[in-house]
Amino acid sequence: MTTRIFSSGIRRREDPRLITGKAAYTDDVTLPGMAYAAILRSPHAHARINSIDTSAAAGMDGVLAVFTGDDINAEFNPVPCAWLVPNSDLKTPAHPPIASGVVRYQGDAVAVVVAECRYAAEDALELIDVDYEPLPVVIEPDKAMCDDAPQLHEDAPNNQAFHWVMTGGDVDAAFDDADVVVGERILHQRLIPNAMEPRSAVAQFTQATGELTLWSATQNPHIARFLTHVVTNLPEHKIRVIAPEVGGGFGSKIPYYADEVIAIFCAIKTGRPVKWTATRSEGYQSTIHGRDHVEDVELAADSDGNITGIRAKVWAGMGAYLSTAAPGIPTILHGLMYSGAYDIPNVKADVYGVFNNAVPVDAYRGAGRPEATFLVERLVDKLANELDVDPADVRRKNFIPAFEDGHDVATGLTYDSGDFAMSLDMATEKIGYQELREEQKRLRAEGKYIGIGITTYSEICGLGPSQVAGAVGFQGGLWEGAIVRFHPSGKVNVAIGSSPHGQGEETTFAQIISHELGVDVDDVNIMHGDTSQTPMGWGTYGSRTTAVSGAAVAIAARKIKDKATQIAAHLLEAAVEDIDYENGNFFVKGSPDQAKTIQDIALMANVAWDMPEGVEPGLEASTFYDPPNFTYPFGTHIAVVELDKDTGRIDVNRYLACDDCGPQINPMIVEGQIHGGVVQGIGPVLCEGAVYDEDGQLLTGSMLDYALPRADMFPEIETSSSVTPSPHHPLGVKGVGETGTIASTITVYNAVMDALKPFGVEKLDMPLTPEKVWRAIHANGKEN
Amino acid sequence: MYPANVAYHRASSVAEAVELLAENEDSKLLAGGHSLIPLMRLRLASPASLIDVGRIAEIQGISVCGDCVCVGALTTHSTLASSCDLQSACPIVPEAAALIGDPAVRNRGTIGGNLAHADPASDLPTVAVALGATIKATGPNGKRSICAGDFFQDLMTTALDDGEVMTAVCLPAIQAGQGMAYAKMLHPASRYAVVSAAAVVTVEDGRCAAASVAVGGVETAPAKASSVEAALTGNALDAGVIACASAAVADDLAGDAIDDVFASGEYRRAMAEVYVRRALTSAAERAG
Repeated sequence: MTTRIFSSGIRRREDPRLITGKAAYTDDVTLPGMAYAAILRSPHAHARINSIDTSAAAGMDGVLAVFTGDDINAEFNPVPCAWLVPNSDLKTPAHPPIASGVVRYQGDAVAVVVAECRYAAEDALELIDVDYEPLPVVIEPDKAMCDDAPQLHEDAPNNQAFHWVMTGGDVDAAFDDADVVVGERILHQRLIPNAMEPRSAVAQFTQATGELTLWSATQNPHIARFLTHVVTNLPEHKIRVIAPEVGGGFGSKIPYYADEVIAIFCAIKTGRPVKWTATRSEGYQSTIHGRDHVEDVELAADSDGNITGIRAKVWAGMGAYLSTAAPGIPTILHGLMYSGAYDIPNVKADVYGVFNNAVPVDAYRGAGRPEATFLVERLVDKLANELDVDPADVRRKNFIPAFEDGHDVATGLTYDSGDFAMSLDMATEKIGYQELREEQKRLRAEGKYIGIGITTYSEICGLGPSQVAGAVGFQGGLWEGAIVRFHPSGKVNVAIGSSPHGQGEETTFAQIISHELGVDVDDVNIMHGDTSQTPMGWGTYGSRTTAVSGAAVAIAARKIKDKATQIAAHLLEAAVEDIDYENGNFFVKGSPDQAKTIQDIALMANVAWDMPEGVEPGLEASTFYDPPNFTYPFGTHIAVVELDKDTGRIDVNRYLACDDCGPQINPMIVEGQIHGGVVQGIGPVLCEGAVYDEDGQLLTGSMLDYALPRADMFPEIETSSSVTPSPHHPLGVKGVGETGTIASTITVYNAVMDALKPFGVEKLDMPLTPEKVWRAIHANGKEN
Repeated sequence: MYPANVAYHRASSVAEAVELLAENEDSKLLAGGHSLIPLMRLRLASPASLIDVGRIAEIQGISVCGDCVCVGALTTHSTLASSCDLQSACPIVPEAAALIGDPAVRNRGTIGGNLAHADPASDLPTVAVALGATIKATGPNGKRSICAGDFFQDLMTTALDDGEVMTAVCLPAIQAGQGMAYAKMLHPASRYAVVSAAAVVTVEDGRCAAASVAVGGVETAPAKASSVEAALTGNALDAGVIACASAAVADDLAGDAIDDVFASGEYRRAMAEVYVRRALTSAAERAG
C-alpha cells in the first residue's frame, strides 16, 4: 500500500529555508567590485524640470557616477507597455526610465547615483540640485477626464489612455424593459502591494563577452529577459535573468520597471556590478499600485428577481504611465467577468483607462476580477434589498445551472465547469445561514448589530490560451514549458518556465511527478527562476502556475511514462501493449512480481546498454503546454460581521470560504492560499488604502499610516471545498491563488452593509474605517 | 532608510551621559531607539552624535518601596508588561504597556524613551498623567523631580532640559479601594492610540472618593479630564454616573484636536467620551 501523494497535505519543502532566514534573495547577491545605486525621486506629483545640477554629488568621495534622464534616454528605449488592448484607441506615451523634462508622479525617477556603498549614494542624492516648476495635479480618475483637468501627456488628449467597450446581448433594451433597476457608484481605492521582500535588482555586464546578467525580484524572468532586450537592444541570447528567492509579489513583481533598467544602465556605464534595492517607503512611491476604479454600475431585473442585464461605466486610473500589463486589467480581466455566476443575457462594460498623477497601476492579486465580482455581487444584494427577498434566494434564482463541459456566457467567455447552487447550498448549510438570520433578528431587538454577507463567484484564471492572449493584445504567449529529466540514479530534476515565489510549487510539482511516475517526492527537485536553466515560460501570476505550468509537468511526466513503457517492454521481452503500470512499476500483465521499476528503467536509459531498437538514450521529456481554455474556479464565501455602535468599528466574527478549484494537489497549500487571499481582500474593506492629497503627495507613505490587515483582525477562517474538475485540464485542476481576494472584499463589504441596514445606510466608500461608519450611522439618524 | 553619518558614544553611567551631552553639540540620547532610529533612517532627524544610555545598569529595573513604585528609565515595555511587582502595585502600567506596538517594539522600547519622546498618540504619557507619576532627571545642575502633569508640554516637547537625562519614573502604588484601567483605540497601522483614556478611581463606602482621568491621542499632550473627575467625586460609580461624567470630557478637550487621514478631530473628541467611559467602567469594577 503506497501513500497517496496526490491530494496529500504534505509540508511545503520551501518553508524550512524561508522561515529560518536561509533563503537567498536578490539583495543577498554580492559580487566582487559591486557598486550601489540610489535613485533620486521626484517630491512633486507633476512638475517641469528646469535644470538639474549633479556636479556636487558627482564630486563626492565614493561616488562613481551620476546619471540623469538625458544620459539614459539617449541610449535606451522607453519602458514598454506589453498589453495593447485592441479596438480601444490605446495611447502609449513614452515612459522614459528616468524622467526627462517633466515628472508626472511623486516618486518618478529624476537621477541616479552610483557609489561604493549605499550610504554614500544616499548622501550624494542630497547634493543633487533640481529646479522644479510645479504643474497642476489630478488624482481622481473620473476628474482626470473632465474638460479642465491638467494634462499629463501631449499624445493622450483628455488623459484618456484607452476606451474599451464590451457588449453582450442587448443591454439597452434590457434596461428599457426592466421592472427594477438598481445602481451604485463604487470606488475601489488604490492599494499598495506589500510583498515582504522589497523590489531589488543586481546587474552585471561583462564587456568582454557582451553578456548581461540581471538578478531581479521578478515573477516572470523570461518576460524580464525579453523586455530587457527590447529596452537595451542587447541581444536576447546574451541576457540571463535570475529570479532567486522572491519574497512574494502579489502581482507587483510582474511589471518590468524603470529601476531594473537604471541598474543595467549603471552597470554598463561604470563597468561594475550594480545593486539597487528599494526601501519600503521608496517602494510605496515606485512599485505599482492596484485597483483605482471609479465605477457607475447598474443592474436590470424583472419583478420576480430574474436578472436581465448589467452595465458599468468605469474610469480606471492608470497612474502616470502604462505599466507592463496595465491596460488588460480593467478590461479583459474585469469586463469579461460581469456575468459572475449568473445567467445574465445582457452585459456591457464601458471602460476608460485614465492617466493620473500617481504611481502606475497594474495587476494586484485578483487584478480586475475582485472589482468585477464586487460590482456583480453588490448589485445582486441591492436587488435583494429592493425586492425585499433574501440575498441567498435571489442568487439561487439566477445561477447558471450546473455544467461539466463548457457554458457560454454573454461576455463571450466559455466557463469550463461549475455548480454554483451546490456551492451556495454547501456554504449556507455549513455556516447555519437560517440560524444566523434568526440570531441577527434577535440581536437587533437587543440593540446589537451583526451583518451577513454572501458571495458566490466564478473567476477566470489559468491564463491562458496563447491564441486568445494574442487576440486580446497581450504581447506574449501564455503557455508554459517543462523539462523532466531522470538521472541515472533515478532522481529527477524538473525545470519549469514559471517562477514560483511563495505559492509552494516546489512541493506540489514534486507531488505531480510522484503521482504520475511513482517516484518518492523527495527524489524530485523543481528548478525555476533562471532563464539559463529553465525552458521558456511566461511566469507566475493570474493563478496560472499550477493550472498551466503544472499541466506541462504532468504531460512531460506522461511522455516519460510512454518511453519507460517501451523500455520496460524491451527488457521484459513483451509487447508494449502487454505492459501494465502501477506505482512506479512496469510489468507484464499478470506478473507484477517481475516488475521493472522506473529507477531500473532510468538507469538503463542513461547507460543505454540495452535499448529497444530506434529508441534514443536518456529518460527526459519536454513539453510546451498551451491550454485550450482558461480555468474557472468558483465558490461561495460567507462573512459575519459585528458593529460597535459607539465607535463605528467593524469586527469580522466569522468567515467561511467554500471554494472549488477542482482536485487539490495539496489541500494544506490550497487552504494557505485561501487564508492569505481572504485576508488580503478584507484589508481594503476595513482599513487599507492609499491616500493622496490634492497636490499628489502620498499621505500613506509608510507602514505608520498605510494600514495592512493584521492577524488579530480575523477569526479562525473556516474553509470547505467541493471538487468539480476542469474538463480540459490534464489533472482537472483550476488554480486557487486569487480566489480568496476575489471573493472576500465584497463578502465583507456586503456583510457590513447588511449590519448597517437598520440605520438606513446603503453605501459607504472603502475603507470602512470606524469614523466613516460612525458618521454614517449618526448622519442617517436613528435606527429604523 | 539610510541615515546620515553620526558619531556614537556609549555612556556607562548617568554622570557620564550628562557629561557627554554637555560635550557634544547637537547630540541625542539613544535608549531603545524605537522613536529616534526611524526618524534618522528617514533623515527627518540627523543628529551629529548619539549618546547611547542603553547599558547604564543604574537606571534599569523596577523596585517597590512602600507606596512608591520606582521604574528605571531604561525599563523596557515588555518588562513593564510582564512584571509581577507592577501587576500588583500599579496594574494600569502593565495593561497599557502590553498594548504598545508589537513584541519586537516592546522588547526594545523603554519607558524613559517613550515619555521623553512625548508622542501625543503614545500610551505611557497618558497613564503617567492619570497616575500623577513623578519623573526623575539628572542634569549638570544635579537631580530634580518633575510631576507628569507638568512634564508634557506640547507635541513632542517636555520639561526636560537639553542637558538632562531621565533616570526614573516614580509611580504611586495602588491603594485599598482603588481601581485603575486603560482603554485604547488602536490605529490599525501604527498601533499608536487614536484615542486613549487612563482612569484611576478610589471608592470609599460605595462612593467615589477620588478620581484621576487622562485622555491621550486627542490633543498635542495628554489632557487631564478634571471635569470628568469632578462629576464622579462623591457619587456611586454606576453606569449612569459614569456615562454622565464621561460626557463632561468635552469640557476638558478645549484645545485643537489632532486631525489626520485616519481620524478627524471631531471624531477623536467623540471617541474620548467613549474611551473615558470604558476606562472608568473597568476601573470602577476593579475598585470593587
